[in-house]
Amino acid sequence: MMQKILSRGYLWLLLMLLYAPILIIIVFSFTEAKVLGNWTGFSTKLYTSLLSGGVKNSLVNAIGNTFLIAFIAASVSTLLGSIAAIGIFNLKIRTRNAINFVNNIPMLNPDIITGISLFLLFISLGISQGYVTVILAHITFCTPYVVLSVLPRLRQMNSNIYEAALDLGATPIQALYKVIFPEIKSGMLSGFILAFTLSIDDFAVTIFTIGNEGLETLSTFIYADARKGGLTPELRPLSAIIFIVVLILLLVINKRAQNAHKTKS
Amino acid sequence: MQKSDYIISVKGVSKNFGSKVVLDDINLYVKKGEFVTILGPSGCGKTTLLRLIAGFQTPSEGTIEIAGEEVTQTPPHKRLVNTVFQKYALFPHLNVYNNIAFGLKLKKLAKELIEKKVTQALKMVGMTDYEDRDVDTLSGGQQQRVAIARAIVNEPEVLLLDEPLAALDLKMRKDMQMELKEMHKTLGISFVYVTHDQEEALTLSDTIVVMSEGRIQQIGTPIDIYNEPINSFVADFIGESNLLNGTMIQDKKVSFAGTAFDCVDKGFGENTPVDIVIRPEDIYIFEPSDAAMLTGTVTSSIFKGVHYEMMIETANGYEFMVQDYHTFPVDHQVGLLIKPFDIHVMKKERVCNTFDAKMIDSTHVEFLGTTFECNETPNIEAGAEVQVEVSFKHVILQDNEEEGALTGVVKFILYKGDHYHLTILTDWDEDIFVDTTDVWDDGDRIGITIDPGSIRVIP
Repeated sequence: MMQKILSRGYLWLLLMLLYAPILIIIVFSFTEAKVLGNWTGFSTKLYTSLLSGGVKNSLVNAIGNTFLIAFIAASVSTLLGSIAAIGIFNLKIRTRNAINFVNNIPMLNPDIITGISLFLLFISLGISQGYVTVILAHITFCTPYVVLSVLPRLRQMNSNIYEAALDLGATPIQALYKVIFPEIKSGMLSGFILAFTLSIDDFAVTIFTIGNEGLETLSTFIYADARKGGLTPELRPLSAIIFIVVLILLLVINKRAQNAHKTKS
Repeated sequence: MQKSDYIISVKGVSKNFGSKVVLDDINLYVKKGEFVTILGPSGCGKTTLLRLIAGFQTPSEGTIEIAGEEVTQTPPHKRLVNTVFQKYALFPHLNVYNNIAFGLKLKKLAKELIEKKVTQALKMVGMTDYEDRDVDTLSGGQQQRVAIARAIVNEPEVLLLDEPLAALDLKMRKDMQMELKEMHKTLGISFVYVTHDQEEALTLSDTIVVMSEGRIQQIGTPIDIYNEPINSFVADFIGESNLLNGTMIQDKKVSFAGTAFDCVDKGFGENTPVDIVIRPEDIYIFEPSDAAMLTGTVTSSIFKGVHYEMMIETANGYEFMVQDYHTFPVDHQVGLLIKPFDIHVMKKERVCNTFDAKMIDSTHVEFLGTTFECNETPNIEAGAEVQVEVSFKHVILQDNEEEGALTGVVKFILYKGDHYHLTILTDWDEDIFVDTTDVWDDGDRIGITIDPGSIRVIP
C-alpha cells in the first residue's frame, strides 16, 4: 500500500515538474496583470486583445511570418525528403547505410552550430539575409526528419508494386504518384507535421539567418521583447493557444499511428 | 517455321551482375499461343530471364524481340506483355475494381468500356461481385486471381507469370493450375511461366525450358523432357530417376551395374563411357527367376499412395529405386528386368576434370590458383602453359578445410547407384567434379587435395 502511494506520488511529482511551466502560462493568460506572477482577477481581455488585433503590429507580423515560413519549409522538405527516401531505399545496402549515416548527422548536430555554419555559408555566397535564407535554413534542418519518417513506410511496401505499375503501362512518373506516393502518404504526412512544428519552434538557426532587415519570427520577437524589459502580456494567451494546437496535432499523429498499426495487424 | 510466328525471340542474351554471370547466351523462341514453362532450381536465372522479357532489367548482351519488334532497351510500360508476380503486388490503396482498371485508365479508355472489360476479367477468374472489396481482405488465392485479372484485362500478347502459385497451399495450387490451363486455352495468348516445381511444369506446359546455372539445359515437350532427358541434371531434376555410369559396348548394347543390356540407342561408338537413366516405374520387379536381369535384396519399401517405392541393392553393390503396385518385404530377394527402350543413354558431358595450368618446375604445376605437386615431367619447361586432367575419383575431399590444398563448397549432388557425383565450386570460382562414396550435403564447406600421381599433365 505504502509502496503504491510512493510510486503514484513520484509519477505525479514528475508530471507536475514537466507541466508546471505550461500550466502557469495558461493560468496567467486569464488575468490582466502586466507583470507575470501577479493575479488581478479572472479576465479574458488578453485573449480578446490578441485576437482583435489590440497588440503591437509587429507581433501579428511575427506570427504570420512564422507560420508562412513553417508552411513553405515543411512543404518543400516533405517533397525533397520523400524523393530522397525513395532514392536511398533503392540504393545498394552499403551505400544506403552510408547515406543514412550522413542523413543522421544534421539531426544530432547542435542547432547553434547549424545556425552559425549556415550564416557563414550565406555570407560567403553573398546571399542577402531575409525570408529566403530563413526558409532555406529551415528546409535544411527539416529534410532529414522527413527522410526518417518516410523510409519505414517504403520498407513495408511490397517491392514489386512499382514494377507492377510500370508493367501495366504507367510511366515511371505516373507510377511514382499513382502507386508509390499513396503507399508512403502517411509517412509523408508525419514528416510534414514534424517539419512544421520544428520550424515554428526554431530559434537558434533562425536568429543567425534572419538578417537585420526587420524580419521577425515568433521566437526572435519574443527574444527581443523579453530583452527590452518584460514580456508583452498577450504572449501568454498566444503561448497557451500554440500549446493547445501542438497538443492536438500530437494527438492526431498518435491516433493515426495507432490506426495504421491496427490495420496492419 | 517462319520467323514471324514467334511472339518472343530471345537471341544470345547474357546478363551479368558485377562479375557474376546470371544468364549465359540464352536463345529462346516462343510461338503465338504457346504455353512455355521455364523450369529450374532457385538461383538458376529463370526469374532474371522473365524480368528481361518484361523489361525490368536490360540484358548485358544479346537482343529481345516481342511481336517482331526489337525491344531490348524498351522500358516495361511500352511492351506488349503483362506480368503476374509471385507476391501478387496488388495496389493496397485501391479496391479490386480499381486494381484491375489501373492499366485501362492509363490508356484513357471510355468509362463504360473499362467497366465492361473489368467485369469480363473478373468473370474469367471467377471473382464476379468482388469489385468493391479491399484487396487486403482477400485470401492469397483470391489476390492472385485479381492479379491475373489485372494483367489479362490489358489483352497482352504474352502473359508472364513469375511463380504465381508458389505462395498458395497444395490444394489451392492444384485448382489454380487447372484454371490457368483453361484460361490459356480461352485467351489464346502465349504464357511464359516460371516455376521450380517440375510437376507443375509437366502439368501445364506445351514446352518446357529446363535451366541450370544461367544456361538452358534442354527445351522440349513435357514428354520429351521426361522420357529423353539430355543430361544427368535434367534427368535428376525432372521426376525420380536411377542415374548410373555405363559403357556403350557397341550399338544397341550397353553395360552398367556389372551387367550387359540390350538397348535401342546407337551412334555413341564402341566402349564409350555414357550416363544411363532408368525411371523407377520402368523397372519390373518379381520373385527371383530366370527372366531376372539383375537380382538383389529389398532394403526399404515405402507406401506412396498409388504405388510402393522400394530400394533394391544388387549383389555387386548398386542401388536401384523401383516403383510398383506390389510390394516385397525388406530383406526379400527379388529379380529385376528392364526393357531395352526404357534404358535412356546419354552422352557424358565430361569424363574427367580438365584445367588450364602452368608448369612451375618439373615436379610442380599450378591450376585452380594453387600449386600442386605432380609426377616428374622432364620434357616440359617451367612456365609452359599446359593442360591437366584429374579423374573424378582421385580428388580427395576433407572435412577440415585447412587440410586441403584448396577449398570449396558442395554445389550439386547426383547419386549414381553406387557412388555420389559431386560438383564442387572452388573458391577459385571454377568447378571441380568428384566421385565419392562418402555422404556430403549441399552447401558443405570442404578442403580438396589431389594425389601427385593422379595429375596427368598434357603439353
